[in-house]
Amino acid sequence: MVHFILNNKDISTGLPKGMLLLDFIRYHQHLAGTKIGCREGDCGACTVLVGEVKQGELIYRSVTSCLMPLGNAHGKHIVTIEGVNIEGLNFIQQCFADEGATQCGFCTPGFIVSMAGCCLSKKEVNPQSAIDAVNGNICRCTGYKSIERAVATVAHKMNERNGKDAIDFAIENKILPSYFSTIQQRLAAFRLSTNGELKLQGNPAKFLGGGTDLYVQQHEAMVDEEIDFLFNKNNLKGIEQQGSKCIMGAAVTATDILESPIFQQYFPSLKKFIKLVSSTQIRNMATVAGNVINGSPIGDFTIFLLVLDARLILSDGAATRELPLRELFKGYKILNKAPDEFIDKIYFELPAHTDLFNFEKVCKRTHLDIASVNTAIKLSMEGDIISVGAISAGGIGPIPTYLKNTSAFLQGKKVSAELISGLIEIAQTEISPISDARGTEMYKRLLLGQLISAHFVTLFPAMDVQNLMTQ
Amino acid sequence: MKNIDSYTHTRGESIYLDDIPVVAGTLYAACFDSPVAHGKIISLDVHAAEKSPGVVRVLTHKDITGINQIGGIIPDEELFAEEHVHFCGMPVALVIAETDHQARAAVKKIKIEIELLHVITDPREAAEKGELIVPPRTFKTGDCETAWAACDHIFEGKADTNGQEHLYIETQGAYAVPGEHGVIKIYSSTQGPTAVQRAVSKVTGLPMHRLEVDVTRLGGGFGGKEDQANTWAALCALATHVLKRPVKYSLSRMEDIRMTGKRHPYSSDFKIGLNKDLKIIAYEVTFYQNAGAAADLSPAVMERTLFHATNTYFIPNATATAYSCRTNLPPNTAFRGFGGPQGMFVIESAIAKAADELGVNAAIIQQKNLLQTGDELLYGQNVVSEANECWDKAVALYDLEAAQKEIIVFNEANHVYKKGIALMPICFGISFTNTLMNQARALVHVYTDGSVVVSTGAIEMGQGVNTKILQVVAQIFSIDPARVKVNSTNTYRIANTSPSAASATADLNGKATFIACTEILNRLKEVAASELKVAASLIEIKDELVFTNGIKSGLDWVQLVEMTFAKRISLSEHGHYSTPDIHFDKAIGKGHPFAYHVYGTAITTVTVDCIRGIYEVDSVKIVHDFGSSMNPIIDLGQIEGGVVQGIGWMTIEEIVYDKEGKLRSNALSTYKVPDIYSAPKEIKVDFLQTQQDNLAIFRSKAVGEPPLMYGIGAFFALRNAIKNFNPNLKPAFDAPMTPEKVLMNLYPEKIAALKTIHHAKETIQAAEIKV
Repeated sequence: MVHFILNNKDISTGLPKGMLLLDFIRYHQHLAGTKIGCREGDCGACTVLVGEVKQGELIYRSVTSCLMPLGNAHGKHIVTIEGVNIEGLNFIQQCFADEGATQCGFCTPGFIVSMAGCCLSKKEVNPQSAIDAVNGNICRCTGYKSIERAVATVAHKMNERNGKDAIDFAIENKILPSYFSTIQQRLAAFRLSTNGELKLQGNPAKFLGGGTDLYVQQHEAMVDEEIDFLFNKNNLKGIEQQGSKCIMGAAVTATDILESPIFQQYFPSLKKFIKLVSSTQIRNMATVAGNVINGSPIGDFTIFLLVLDARLILSDGAATRELPLRELFKGYKILNKAPDEFIDKIYFELPAHTDLFNFEKVCKRTHLDIASVNTAIKLSMEGDIISVGAISAGGIGPIPTYLKNTSAFLQGKKVSAELISGLIEIAQTEISPISDARGTEMYKRLLLGQLISAHFVTLFPAMDVQNLMTQ
Repeated sequence: MKNIDSYTHTRGESIYLDDIPVVAGTLYAACFDSPVAHGKIISLDVHAAEKSPGVVRVLTHKDITGINQIGGIIPDEELFAEEHVHFCGMPVALVIAETDHQARAAVKKIKIEIELLHVITDPREAAEKGELIVPPRTFKTGDCETAWAACDHIFEGKADTNGQEHLYIETQGAYAVPGEHGVIKIYSSTQGPTAVQRAVSKVTGLPMHRLEVDVTRLGGGFGGKEDQANTWAALCALATHVLKRPVKYSLSRMEDIRMTGKRHPYSSDFKIGLNKDLKIIAYEVTFYQNAGAAADLSPAVMERTLFHATNTYFIPNATATAYSCRTNLPPNTAFRGFGGPQGMFVIESAIAKAADELGVNAAIIQQKNLLQTGDELLYGQNVVSEANECWDKAVALYDLEAAQKEIIVFNEANHVYKKGIALMPICFGISFTNTLMNQARALVHVYTDGSVVVSTGAIEMGQGVNTKILQVVAQIFSIDPARVKVNSTNTYRIANTSPSAASATADLNGKATFIACTEILNRLKEVAASELKVAASLIEIKDELVFTNGIKSGLDWVQLVEMTFAKRISLSEHGHYSTPDIHFDKAIGKGHPFAYHVYGTAITTVTVDCIRGIYEVDSVKIVHDFGSSMNPIIDLGQIEGGVVQGIGWMTIEEIVYDKEGKLRSNALSTYKVPDIYSAPKEIKVDFLQTQQDNLAIFRSKAVGEPPLMYGIGAFFALRNAIKNFNPNLKPAFDAPMTPEKVLMNLYPEKIAALKTIHHAKETIQAAEIKV
């Protein structure tokens, strides 16, 4: 049985754990406000909030319910548009109505729910962070400007919070209904009665993290699968530093990385990089191990981790083994991994203060899109000499690729236009892009070269850019 | 007044097709569609699907009780493929099962054997082979042949625009429920309830009066549900007719994108001639429209391309010819602008080409040739022009000169980033170009408690038409808007409707509502006059009170309504409106087809990252001719939304078919529409309010389609930014200007060098990289 709270109602259901939360909400609970737009996490019309107690605090995150199985809802508070309604319009809804930020209305509940999540966050809300909160919601009617005006008004309202408890403030200001004040206690009671984690029957065949890829590829088949839900396992959570190493649990999400003080300290441009990775909703669900194990040739975190020479701790439930990430990919979606093995932990050496790191990604749409080409670079500097360098790239072959020869070429070199053109030339020999919906082969070749230049322009702002651009 | 649906929209309580509570016994349909773009069906095996759990029936063309035909303009489109398949996604069979899941599972068990035939995806190839939907058409004014001699400069070129997926967030769908006496009630997500009724009538063989089509609202349409909603309604209704059970089909996104048509791609040749003063003397253009496998609305779309071939410019000698080319793509269809944007893109390309070659700013050529009031367009209509007013105001209000200078300074200081700017003036004709469609009806009932309900042929799809209709009722009666309810659109209440399209919905249905309300109001006034013993001409209703000669009479709205009913005088009226003054002779291509034109000018500024090829739209600053806007919040929303949709078409929205005619951009992960970050940083809209009379409802000009064409400015701004990076570059007029095309345009030499080393496979390969 899966137990959770849906809006203000306790749910216990014996329906398949692999069933999508979206279908459960719409077709079993008859809550039709959560809409179906794409079933692949790309439109946000089905956005709901997931609340859970972490370190004694009730935290809410927005997710796309089209990619979330019931099993991942276990023990949590799920909030749909119906769950944020009060008598009359709530403050967010009123702002949308006042600004004409709803036209056909089909995407609107998703936007409202995303904003409700933003208002529940402990972080400061400003017009930009309010826009970030709805960055996974697509609207085809408004052109977004009225939505920007509406969320800016909400953000101004949130300025009045002044450190007050998020839920209390939201209730007092008619942003959310009053039942929210009961949730934390009810979730705690739930935990006691169900003894925490989801019980499984038999031997589950499929591992599932956040579901953001598996449910895109095979949402119909997944319903009836026996699934081992890794997302909620406490032993797979957490980012910690041990000496110069960073150790991540497999179920760490993109949002966890974005909010990690360790990552923020060692990767000062982290926010800029992560903004290029999917949307708020997907980042709240997608796990780092899922990104790796999916084997996509363009997985953003995989590209990131390849230059860091990350190591995987693989487990089959009994024994564990360690594998360098660079040795995981054998061919298109073919992995150096047994079927019953899952990633337990991922670790890597944190960059030294003399190390430089950059991540570049270009896609058709800059945000909430899959890369045409993505690439990362790490340079260990000794003065103005590169002692060791590493470059990875995705979208340029069947696997996410550590560019071995290109990386080797960096060693002992000074940064110059000649070095860059040399790197680009070598990189071209290490890649085999194909033409597809994300670009032609020639484009991807050109783009990788350009992004290698971009790494250096970004990391060495004093470089003569004009010379580089015209060479 | 705010959108009347904003309350239920923001609470998630608005009802769309998939939200209608299903009645007991409802079955679910799923379509088996052609996996190839062109071929002869050798065999179709539905046996395994029929045996699949929950399956009630598998329908094919053999089960059609009427005729296997859904073509609207031309009867050239089968509902189910019989002997041949003509595009990937063409329906072949329909599985009906107890659940949606079972229907889709059974579809996978259908086997088909097809002998492959030659696939055409390129309209020029189709034209060469004589594969035309209708004979080519030409609009002509003056005489180009002799005019070329008078030109100081003549330039020729080619311009291409790709298609555009509508991407209404609510997918297509229908739900058919049987009633008594063979009646079928059809809920449809359609812009054209009557078109659905006709298509279902043909396919089932039932007369139209047995078919009740009901539409509450759409989760977006943009033209995609004008004609193409018919298929799903016909499939569900046929199944209901055969099985006598309710049948529902709500398409998945991939089914929708794969099986439905899009905005027409065009490939065009132009020739433009100017005199030394930069006046355009002659313009010749040939359009090759990629119609897809059947006519759908293509002939009408093609006609509007011809109407807008010269955009907002006066050109004394112009010849525009268009070919509607049959290819093996899903039949392309209406999309906001309806061929107009494709026509405008070519004349703007011709002007940009002339500007490049002459070394002048394109804006100078644009400005010198703007329409003046009284000028005659190539189809013979003399215009009442606001083109210069909009242009001049935009240039002054937004200080174009300063903006241009700022860009020069910025570009000199930056090597990585380059800015570009472009102006896009528009002129868009309002009316269906098929004159007979310019009619509408409204049914107004006043109840004895003073509340009012209005039904029209208008479909609410986010454009706010129901709000405007409600405003008309409240204003004519001078009553509280809360007393007025706008009903769903239903073919039993309003018959023979024109689709909600051509930006004309509020005008046509608003005027019909106006007529109906005025008729009832006059009766009420007569009753008040006889009660108060004064002349009816002295009676006025203001804010629900009856005034005599400006003085309160003591009678109020509700009392007057009750009184009128007691006198056995009708409180209901069915108003009919047909647009006056319009006519068009298709044989000679001349007439006065439009009630009026809408004008405007947009100034678009972009910044290109010349290392990465990515870009941002900094601002779009617009002066738009609203006439006299009756609802500024809704109208502003239409402008902003139209601009961003137009920019999407010109920039990141790229439809990719491979050579086999298979759609590669077949999901939201591969077809990208603008997100909140890619919308322009700033959109400014100045309302040009004019005093001239026009045929719009309350003089508030139609606003649905025109703003889309401002988006064309983004293409030319990007092109200018590329030229600001390297003035020797001459980017092709090939939209959309994706980041890929920007980068390829910026570095032709690097591409040439790469090509000599790596022999690239230019075509899309079957083994696409999956995420």
